[in-house]
Amino acid sequence: MGNVVFGQYYPSGSVVHRLDARMKLLAVILYIVTVFFITDYVMYAALFLFVIAVALISKIPLKVLFRTVRTIVFLVLVTSIINLFFTQGDTLWVHWHFIKIYKEGVERAIKLALRLILLMLFPSILTLTTTPMELTDALESLMSPLKLIKVPVHAIALIMSIALRMIPILMEETNKIMLAQKARGASFDTGGALKKAKAMIPVLVPLFVGAFRRADELALAMDARCYSSVANRTKYKVMRFALRDLFAALFCLAVFALVFLNKYLWAFDEMILALFG
Amino acid sequence: MSIEIKDLSYVYSPGTPYAAAALNGVTLTVNEGDFVAIIGKTGSGKSTFIQHLNALIRLQSGSVKVCDIDLTEKKPDLKKLRGTVGMVMQYPEYQLFDETVAKDVSYGPKNLGLSEGEIKGRVREAIELVGLSYDEVADRSPFELSGGQKRRVAIAGVIAMKPRILVLDEPTAGLDPRGKKEILALVKKLKETSSPTVLIISHDMDAVAENADKVALFSEGKVEAFASPREIFYDDGLLSRTEMDRPAVVKVVKEMEKRGVVLAERPVTRAEFIAAVKRWRNG
Amino acid sequence: MPIRFDNVTYEYPAEESAVVAVRGVSLTIENGSFVCICGENGSGKSTLAKLMNGLLQPTSGTVTVDGRSTATEEESELFAIRQKVGMVFQNPDNQMVASIIEDEIAFGPENLGVPREEIGERISYALDAVGMTEYRHQTPYKLSGGQKQRIAIAAVLAMKPEVLVLDESTAMLDPKGRAEVMKVARELHRQGITIVLITHFMEEATRADRVVVMNEGRVVMDGTPEEIFRDREGIARYDLELPVTDAIAAELAADGFPIQDKIYSESALAEAICRSK
Repeated sequence: MGNVVFGQYYPSGSVVHRLDARMKLLAVILYIVTVFFITDYVMYAALFLFVIAVALISKIPLKVLFRTVRTIVFLVLVTSIINLFFTQGDTLWVHWHFIKIYKEGVERAIKLALRLILLMLFPSILTLTTTPMELTDALESLMSPLKLIKVPVHAIALIMSIALRMIPILMEETNKIMLAQKARGASFDTGGALKKAKAMIPVLVPLFVGAFRRADELALAMDARCYSSVANRTKYKVMRFALRDLFAALFCLAVFALVFLNKYLWAFDEMILALFG
Repeated sequence: MSIEIKDLSYVYSPGTPYAAAALNGVTLTVNEGDFVAIIGKTGSGKSTFIQHLNALIRLQSGSVKVCDIDLTEKKPDLKKLRGTVGMVMQYPEYQLFDETVAKDVSYGPKNLGLSEGEIKGRVREAIELVGLSYDEVADRSPFELSGGQKRRVAIAGVIAMKPRILVLDEPTAGLDPRGKKEILALVKKLKETSSPTVLIISHDMDAVAENADKVALFSEGKVEAFASPREIFYDDGLLSRTEMDRPAVVKVVKEMEKRGVVLAERPVTRAEFIAAVKRWRNG
Repeated sequence: MPIRFDNVTYEYPAEESAVVAVRGVSLTIENGSFVCICGENGSGKSTLAKLMNGLLQPTSGTVTVDGRSTATEEESELFAIRQKVGMVFQNPDNQMVASIIEDEIAFGPENLGVPREEIGERISYALDAVGMTEYRHQTPYKLSGGQKQRIAIAAVLAMKPEVLVLDESTAMLDPKGRAEVMKVARELHRQGITIVLITHFMEEATRADRVVVMNEGRVVMDGTPEEIFRDREGIARYDLELPVTDAIAAELAADGFPIQDKIYSESALAEAICRSK
């Protein structure tokens, strides 16, 4: 624990793991935009196929991939049900007392569920194949044009990097403090919500005080090693695009382009349905 | 008022790829009045072991009986247990939280459900017992105090619960020589007054030799030996097997043996060594 | 490249009254020496350390490093001083900013603007000097205290300092970790780096060329380890603790035992005792 922060990284050593993190990040952003644009089942299916294809290339078991969806199951259910019961439409399917379910409601609920799941899947591939450190470096690199308008890009990236470093330490510290207070008779799982919250004060206060102390000491150590957010720094690790990044980028662009073209120009979905329908 | 451990085992994160066995069948009995030093390399299971004594860790396998509280039962009386076994963790000053020293020290007694009057009395007693002046520090914020004072406040917070068994995890860690002496003197005083049974985790073999009645040597989750300092520190095979260091005194004795001089006794403390050397020279 | 203290006083600003941490200290750390600064907590030794590289600036008096005063507001001046006088602190966890050791070691050189190509070499040199080369691509989270402090030393070494100040760097370590750090310090001293060791462990002082004892902000003893340890009255007055072997030798000598009152390792003491009959 702590070796792999957030426990998400799945080290299967595929080519996708070796892709430039910036490219992956941009692909995810484009993907999210794309998902918001599609409205028909065939395109949803196409994107699903895309995601599964990438997962297979990443050597990530589909079981692991779909486990990430578990976290939003509740959200999906709630929004689907709301849409199911409250969408008005033309075709009434179920009428029971005051409950009215329309065909449009069912469609909307299903599409919304699919959209949410899709929104979860591809970004999950990102976190499964990219270490938090790589992501931080990618963000720093992508943000570097902002340096021109005096945004402290490196400072922000450093903050993220330090946060990543400190998370396992602070988690361990929280545990230690909880044990120490338990040893003095504290109980963290009895009583109602308010009582539980109050019980956390003897844990949160030392944690915060400790965090500030750490920050002070770290700042001193950084000063001692001449850190300055203003002066010119060199960068040891440089991210370089490789040929595989180009191919991956073209592949993703192709898929997304097809989706957009489908929506606005040619109706691929109708063609496919006509073929098989 | 004893501690009986039988076949205690513990695995962290069982059933996951991060599973790690910390204890592998520990059997140990500590009697009332014992001063036990727990030694062993980092990672040998010492911390995991002591955290079972006051049920900070839930029992997975084996049995733990502290006084008349049996942790194998479904719902052991944890409040009573934590009032019986007082535990001072490493760097306890990092757990202080309340607005005033008096309030922080009263946390434990409050959790035990004692009366206002009783709590007040215990808080004053505990603060004085650790060598601080109640009138000077009671209303101050614990965060204003020096490192050494903070540690004493943290210890006061534990002894205000009047535990019959006191467990300390490296109580002298990070302290300068004077601080170390004072804390060890405090522990001895507590042993003589309210907490007759003491268990200390320590890496300081010299301090262990000087103070402990018995030493429990942990290695790879097991108790390799539980005997007097003399028996443990003179067992060459044991020490090399467990990669443990010796007190300086024993090292000197071994060096003397290399040069053909064997002392009649097997000293572990400074006083014993000096007496033995004098006897050898005069005899 | 000496560090010179000229009648230096330092006061910490505090609510009621300023706390004088260092009073009128004049002392010179010579090039290539191994100086141990001892004293109990509150004696001012840690403050003295931070005055050496400008992390703290004197309230009165001057501290010069190779002729340059640390009392400067110029960042470039301070950086020049801190590059020459590197510092490692007490808490192994609160000195690191990166999640990967290689990035951690690169941090200092990056801050100094060292060209990319050279940073790689410096990382290799630094890790080799502390014996942690295999850990280059790992996370510091799982390391022992001694290993973490060695990484901290490597992170400073990569800046090519002339002086290494170890500010109670062994205080939080177990005996094994302390031994590791001391071994590295001795090796670096052999290679010509000036070592300033701030500690309260007197066994570490036996290895130094010179021991400076501080008490209540003043330098109260200054000499070779032999000279200091022989001053029994001073040792007692300033609450220092002789290593066990030396304490035994002192007691025996005081009791008329034919043994010289000096510093002994375990084997040397055994030898001296055996010879005494």
